[in-house]
Amino acid sequence: MPAADSVKCVDMTDDALIDARGIHAYYGASHILRGVDLLVRRGETIGLMGRNGMGKTTLLKSILGLLPPAAGSVQVRGRDMTGAAPHRIARAGLAYVPEGRGIFPNLSVRENLLMAARAGHDGRNEWTLDRALDTFPRLRERLGHGGQQLSGGEQQMLTIARALLTNPDVLILDEATEGLAPLVAQEIWRVLQGIRESGISSIIVDKNFSAVSTIADRNVMLVKGQTVFQGDSETLRARPQLLQAWLGV
Amino acid sequence: MDPHIFLIQLLNGVQYGLLLFLVASGLTLIFGIMGVINLAHGSFYMLGAYLAWSLTAQLGNFWLALLSGFVLSVVLGMLLEWLFIRHLYRRDHLQQVLLTYGLILIFSELRSIVWGDDVHSVAVPALLAGSIPLTETLAYPVYRIWLSIICVVLAAGMYYLIQHTRLGMMIRAGASNREMTQSLGIDIGLLYRLVFAFGIALAAFAGMLAAPVSSVYPGMGNQVLIICFVVVVIGGIGSVKGAMAAALLIGLVDTFGKVVEFEIGGFRVLPELAGMSVFVMMAIVLLWRPEGLFGARLR
Repeated sequence: MPAADSVKCVDMTDDALIDARGIHAYYGASHILRGVDLLVRRGETIGLMGRNGMGKTTLLKSILGLLPPAAGSVQVRGRDMTGAAPHRIARAGLAYVPEGRGIFPNLSVRENLLMAARAGHDGRNEWTLDRALDTFPRLRERLGHGGQQLSGGEQQMLTIARALLTNPDVLILDEATEGLAPLVAQEIWRVLQGIRESGISSIIVDKNFSAVSTIADRNVMLVKGQTVFQGDSETLRARPQLLQAWLGV
Repeated sequence: MDPHIFLIQLLNGVQYGLLLFLVASGLTLIFGIMGVINLAHGSFYMLGAYLAWSLTAQLGNFWLALLSGFVLSVVLGMLLEWLFIRHLYRRDHLQQVLLTYGLILIFSELRSIVWGDDVHSVAVPALLAGSIPLTETLAYPVYRIWLSIICVVLAAGMYYLIQHTRLGMMIRAGASNREMTQSLGIDIGLLYRLVFAFGIALAAFAGMLAAPVSSVYPGMGNQVLIICFVVVVIGGIGSVKGAMAAALLIGLVDTFGKVVEFEIGGFRVLPELAGMSVFVMMAIVLLWRPEGLFGARLR
């Protein structure tokens, strides 16, 4: 086999953590996703963009198995996971930080963190309780508090820390900083940058275009359930008419 | 009231309450965590009592019967969850009630076919057959004291499991947000199967423990089911702590209601009315706290 081909092969498939193709999804009768592809390679940070109602959350839920796609396929690290149970998909290396955070209000902060902690699918155990608490020192002070006693920013830190404790390959964040005070949002972006540098891939959805495009290696823009742009942030910034039309920035 | 008789009634009340707790805690857990109303819960109590009777006769040993009966109940619970209950999680309560009512009829028929409709009794195991003398004429059976201790140990174990183990954390998380729990890699289907199996095994175990102190008879499941719903409602639906408080309260009110005669405004209240006292208490608690004593802690 020619060397050039094998290099290309490594790039395109061996390194694919998530390879979703031709995803169609419905909420009741409404056709939300109309054939979306999404590829996430090892170490890559993807900015998933688009206005409200364009299908970003639906795409994430389809990948995570929470809303099994009506058509299309989802591969995680080369294994077909289309329609698999959400816990199997999570155990294949995906961790979810949903919009609205999804902390367990009836569990303490410590319990929220410990209930999910586990080694990664390959036995990797880089993220421990201590490391998570070093990353978010504010959580250390609140370990005994109930989940519902936290501020919005602390809840988001808790959700991210909880996701990291599953030692994932891909961190999936829906509305990473929505509703947070600017300083808190800054801290979240700083942590996400650190996560990126540690080699964990992510898919980030956020309203803050400049923050997402700064951190993302690649951006995917959805309009009415279809991909209208895929490419790096520079290319995207160079096309202000796209941003104006599809994001309003 | 004679202090010795008072003591005996107090012990009886506590013991009855603790036994009720074993049955009701499973009912409240299954509702609080999985959102399923299990009308067939009392049937497992009945089944446990018949199992204790039949297995003791077959194996010749009450303790072996207790152990094997518990294991059988867990297996039965997992099987039933897989066959029927897991299809109910996303359905409304009416369908749950219909299915679990159907299970009552099925278990009742099966019991009739396998064991007949006779009333039976189970001998107290020799080890615990004695009594502790209180006065020259009054004594308290050792088995009843042991029964109370076992119930307390089980309740403490359950508390530890739910509050202080990772499994308990996952169960509580699943009660609060099913989707999020799954997305963290937890197999919620398996978790629910375990909770259901464990919940009904507790009811069956209570039936087995009760067999030597009460008779084993066909209608015992339905009787305990009604009282257990009262316990769950008074304690707060889904609250295990509430189930404990309410079960003890009912145990004491029911027991003392049967022996105390008193007058209200010139009317003599007969012990025969004791059956009502429990429901009067439920009405009072619900007027005062409609959500029950401990609200819905799990939801």
